[in-house]
Amino acid sequence: MIRSMTTIDVRGLTKRYGPDTVVDDVSFTVEPGQVTGFLGPNGAGKSTILKMITGLAAPTRGSVTIGRRRYRDLPVPLTEVGALLDAGAVHGSRTAYQHLLALAASNGLARHRVDDVLTRAGMESVAGKRIGGFSLGMRQRLGIAAALLGEPKVLVFDEPVNGLDPEGIRWVRRLMRSLAGEGRAVLFSSHLMSEMAQTADHLVVIGRGRLIADTTVDEFVRSGGEETVLVRTSDPHFFAPRLVEAGGAVRDRYATSMVVSGMTPDEIGALAAHHDIVLSELTPQHASLEDVFMEMTRENIDYHGTVA
Amino acid sequence: MSAVGAPSSVKFTHALRAEWIKLRSLRSTWLTLVCLFVVGIGISLLATSAAGAQYSDATAAERAAWDPTGSSLTSYIVAQLIVGVIGILVVTSEYATGEMQTSVMTSPRRYRLLAAKVVTVTAVAAIAGQSLMFAAFGGGQAVLAAHGAPRATLGDPGVLSAVVGGGVYLTAVALLAVTLGVITRATAGALAILVGIIFVIPGFAGLFPSWVQFLLDYWPTQGAATVMTTMPDADFPYPWLNLGGMCLGVGTLLVAAFVLFRRRDV
Ligand SMILES: Nc1ncnc2c1ncn2[C@@H]1O[C@H](COP(=O)(O)OP(=O)(O)OP(=O)(O)O)[C@@H](O)[C@H]1O
Ligand SMILES: [Mg+2]
Repeated sequence: MIRSMTTIDVRGLTKRYGPDTVVDDVSFTVEPGQVTGFLGPNGAGKSTILKMITGLAAPTRGSVTIGRRRYRDLPVPLTEVGALLDAGAVHGSRTAYQHLLALAASNGLARHRVDDVLTRAGMESVAGKRIGGFSLGMRQRLGIAAALLGEPKVLVFDEPVNGLDPEGIRWVRRLMRSLAGEGRAVLFSSHLMSEMAQTADHLVVIGRGRLIADTTVDEFVRSGGEETVLVRTSDPHFFAPRLVEAGGAVRDRYATSMVVSGMTPDEIGALAAHHDIVLSELTPQHASLEDVFMEMTRENIDYHGTVA
Repeated sequence: MSAVGAPSSVKFTHALRAEWIKLRSLRSTWLTLVCLFVVGIGISLLATSAAGAQYSDATAAERAAWDPTGSSLTSYIVAQLIVGVIGILVVTSEYATGEMQTSVMTSPRRYRLLAAKVVTVTAVAAIAGQSLMFAAFGGGQAVLAAHGAPRATLGDPGVLSAVVGGGVYLTAVALLAVTLGVITRATAGALAILVGIIFVIPGFAGLFPSWVQFLLDYWPTQGAATVMTTMPDADFPYPWLNLGGMCLGVGTLLVAAFVLFRRRDV
């Protein structure tokens, strides 16, 4: 457990680039001891908000504080906030070791921290190699290693699993969970919904620069409407009308399956027994995080793809 | 002290140490410095060799204006560009790679960050510039002696001042380069402006309205560079004043660079 807890407080944050308001009056809090997922379609303003949190960009209005201090007033920034915003933002001619050594020196951290984080990121064997020759995934690991240098109380990652192999993705997931378990505040953005669902406790969702949701993952998924039941049977065409009579609704009817809403699995099972119908599957289904996210952000998407 | 060995607050010396680690860990830094000495001393040897060969045929007037110190220091003309590249790259290579984001995140006090860069570049440029000027002087005088032409020693009047002045001049150009890097945030742009300042503008000096003519007294390759000669120049009787003026100009630009660096998003 780390000694003191730190929160990120975003209040009325607004950022304009010329005539465009890319972040519009956003407020939320990132609590210690949990992983907060940061979601939003492309161009929603996530990276811009993360830049304002880490002092790279100045808010047009509003404020961001970390433990009630502005980023630039942190006495030893790397021990308060570890951030990875862009894994490519490193000079390719340096070795991984030299890069981390310069970062450690800039905050007066002990030299052994460089070895510590290289080990933690599984990069000991490439410590002496030039970063320019690294794959995207290795740069991502290096960036995460850099974020851990000062054992910070707050961690901010912009798409940390981007470019990682399955082993790397699992490593990042476990790392974020364990960092939160140690009482740190972890904020990360990702477009991978399954990753979000598995890693985050809390969600902050933005669309077109505005806050859409600030809630727990469970809460968010539940808000996505009713639960349904997948029913598999040899003759859905006979069973479906019985379900409707009993007050259920049936959709997605195929040769051997259908999706039923408005009834619990118990009720459906009892109804099947009553009509002597054999069910080969009866599975409750929840709306997925992806379903709910798509539904919520439908009106907030700037870049729609089409299938030709 | 915490488990990570962190101090209670970050000091300027930490930022300075980080900048030095960053500069020394780039191969390009060392390549540029090697290039500076090879080209700088090479030009000095060539220039003094040519001058020495002509001395025996020189007229009396030419012999009266004989400046062995000045001809051994002509390498400043190319050396200033190379030193300028070092100064520019310290800033623009970070913008080009995105490293500046990392630097600003680890050192959010931006004045401190830029000051650390400025001090590092100044130290490197001063040491390299002074060494180069002394080496160019020594090598050049040896070549003149080999040609049997009169040569200078550091003890002669005005010689030490010219050699040291050359080092100061190169340091000032390096600082100018840093400010250009901060202002343009792009290597090509900063280099183009530096070349413009050093080589192009003096060529158009005659076209300037009279109220800006005075600037040429302190312009790098104009008035300020006369510090590297030992023959009195009627136009610039006090060359250190001209060099001082150039330093003042660079200082003004530096203030602008700090303000911009603080205000702009990274
Ligand atoms: N420096 C800038 N100047 C002008 N506009 C910018 C700048 N940076 C970002 N923007 C604009 O701000 C908006 C938000 O961008 P941002 O990168 O924050 O989105 P994002 O949510 O991170 O998107 P993605 O999921 O694609 O990473 C975009 O429309 C982008 O074009
Ligand atoms: Mg982004």
